[in-house]
Amino acid sequence: MDLSPPVQFDLHRRMVRIRVFEEAAGRLAEANKLPGFLHLYVGEEAVAAGVCAALNDDDHITSTHRGHGHLVAKGGDFNRMMAELMGKSTGMCKGKGGSMHISDLSLGMLGANGIVGAGSPIAVGAAFANKYRGRGQVAVAFFGDGATNIGAFHEAANMACALHLPIVFACENNEYGEFTPRSATMAITDIVDRAAGYGMPGVIIDGMDVVAVHEATLEAVARARAGGGPSLIEAKTYRFYNHHGIQNLGLKYRPDDEVARWKERDPIFTFEDRMIENGTMTRDRVDEIWAGLRGEIDVAIKFAEDSPLPTPDQILVDVYTSMTGAAQ
Amino acid sequence: MSDVRKLTYGGAFNEAVRQAMEADENIFCAGEDIGAFGGVFGTYLGLQAKFGAHRVVDTPISEQAIVGLGIGAAVTGLRPIVDLMFMDFICVAFDQIVNQAAKLKYMFGGEATMPLTITTGGGAGLSAAAQHSQSLEAILCHIPGLKVVYPSNPYDMKGLMTACIRENNPTIMVKHKRLLGMSAHVPEENYEIPLGKANIMRAGTDVTVIAYGRMANETLVAAEKLAADGIECEVIDPRTLQPLDTDSIVESARKTHKVLVVHEAVKFGGLGAEIASQIHELAFDYLDAPVARIGAPFSPVPFSPALEQHYLPDAASIEAGIRNLVQRS
Ligand SMILES: Cc1ncc(C[n+]2csc(CCOP(=O)(O)OP(=O)(O)O)c2C)c(N)n1
Ligand SMILES: [Mg+2]
Repeated sequence: MDLSPPVQFDLHRRMVRIRVFEEAAGRLAEANKLPGFLHLYVGEEAVAAGVCAALNDDDHITSTHRGHGHLVAKGGDFNRMMAELMGKSTGMCKGKGGSMHISDLSLGMLGANGIVGAGSPIAVGAAFANKYRGRGQVAVAFFGDGATNIGAFHEAANMACALHLPIVFACENNEYGEFTPRSATMAITDIVDRAAGYGMPGVIIDGMDVVAVHEATLEAVARARAGGGPSLIEAKTYRFYNHHGIQNLGLKYRPDDEVARWKERDPIFTFEDRMIENGTMTRDRVDEIWAGLRGEIDVAIKFAEDSPLPTPDQILVDVYTSMTGAAQ
Repeated sequence: MSDVRKLTYGGAFNEAVRQAMEADENIFCAGEDIGAFGGVFGTYLGLQAKFGAHRVVDTPISEQAIVGLGIGAAVTGLRPIVDLMFMDFICVAFDQIVNQAAKLKYMFGGEATMPLTITTGGGAGLSAAAQHSQSLEAILCHIPGLKVVYPSNPYDMKGLMTACIRENNPTIMVKHKRLLGMSAHVPEENYEIPLGKANIMRAGTDVTVIAYGRMANETLVAAEKLAADGIECEVIDPRTLQPLDTDSIVESARKTHKVLVVHEAVKFGGLGAEIASQIHELAFDYLDAPVARIGAPFSPVPFSPALEQHYLPDAASIEAGIRNLVQRS
């Protein structure tokens, strides 16, 4: 591992932040305290953390229905995120978006998305604006394996390459779209095969290895910033919980031993073992970090629970903006 | 014995598809997660096990291609049922639905038939937020060439779905997500409810209320409460929104002289606007008051239950709307 200890600590902290947030959200959902759908990111932390740690605050990301992890990795505030999941007026989206639309424009996070594949074209737009302004910002589109079956993904990839935009396509290949295995819905095994068709470089990386994700992203981002155009990163990963919520409801669609095998490769625990082994971290320090972040989650839950619900007069607020912007 | 048999709304849908597939091997189903998993709402449960993966097809997440698959197969002789999980996703497939499915027959000088059924889950009330809760039926009804069906109960579901499958035109069957578990008597034998035929769910003399989908049931609750105060509502569920059974609606308007239209879709430009106009054109002289409408406010569907609950019409707001209308004369 060539990464400096501060970078390793940063990667670790981002992953644990995601894990504690998601586990808390899962528990709240199981206790019927969260309305709506909840797509948890547990198991895939190395992808969001490894990618976002390679970005600046003013770089942009687009996300998916499984979006909390991306926002947390970009620096999302626990309090306002938790309040959003509870539909409170203090939430990131004032209770209007919920889990599936969680966003923070001040962090360049352009929204989780309820429409599979819809984030990629928007990332292309952000990349276009970034190139237009010429300040060296980049955009990252996160998307799942299943999302690469949607036309919007292909149009976005082609346009990004045609316009030579500063963008990274970051695929979280967790081998399933909802309850259907990838093998039933595409004839290729590796999403990265798609990159060549648009004329961009693509790499496959171990999505359970945060260092691998981070290093691949550093390279892709450097290329984008230097005017080298788009690239695609395929991270092989796995979600530990169900498509939404925690428990598998109804029919079993993933073999138990497959789930168990992936869980053995937990991206956080394996990284901790490595850091402890090479002396970057101690077990006590690891425990302290978890305890500290769990404490922050407890505060966030309390903040969210104590926050007021939005009032009905808010329904018609923010449908349109009343400001005008263009130069007169 | 068979007259006490009950099925859910989702189960009635499933039975209609199963019976149709048993009778006609040109029928196949395609959609995301409908095969091995039985659909995210369970409405396709067991069909792949019964008919095989070649007749109940798990597709990629590719809404345009799913509808296109249906169009191409329909125009070349099969009778497809294709599923777009949530109604919001029709937007992803809009070209195929609006520019292709709806118009092929006409553009080809009548030479094509399009026995295509598109099934989808509509409606709000699950805190599913702005992209998984919409009621977009009015947009579909605006497109010549499409038929739009929206059952309010299990019995109608089975009969209407059977009719959709037999229909030789592209038809969109909207299942309200919050009605999936509603249980009621459904005959086991196959039957068909003709498209374009409204159902008078409750006869009454004082006011006509037109409502479909989940709102038809909310309206029935309101009507029972009003009956206790001597206000007799005639509740009409059009069941098919395109073609609309204007005759039944106008006949009732002429009888009661007061009409309210209820839907959970946004009020502006909703089906209520069309129905009100038709009544004004065809029964103006019979009316004691302008046709009233209840619909959602002009905003996307909010996530927070605290907002969504006020966003959606319900039995209480319908009751208030009816009282308001009755007082006007
Ligand atoms: C256009 C569209 N079609 C279908 C869905 C329903 N849906 C939500 S998530 C999902 C699976 C997405 O799979 P993938 O892109 O691999 O992401 P993952 O859930 O595995 O992270 C589907 C089909 C949707 N939200 N939008
Ligand atoms: Mg996936």
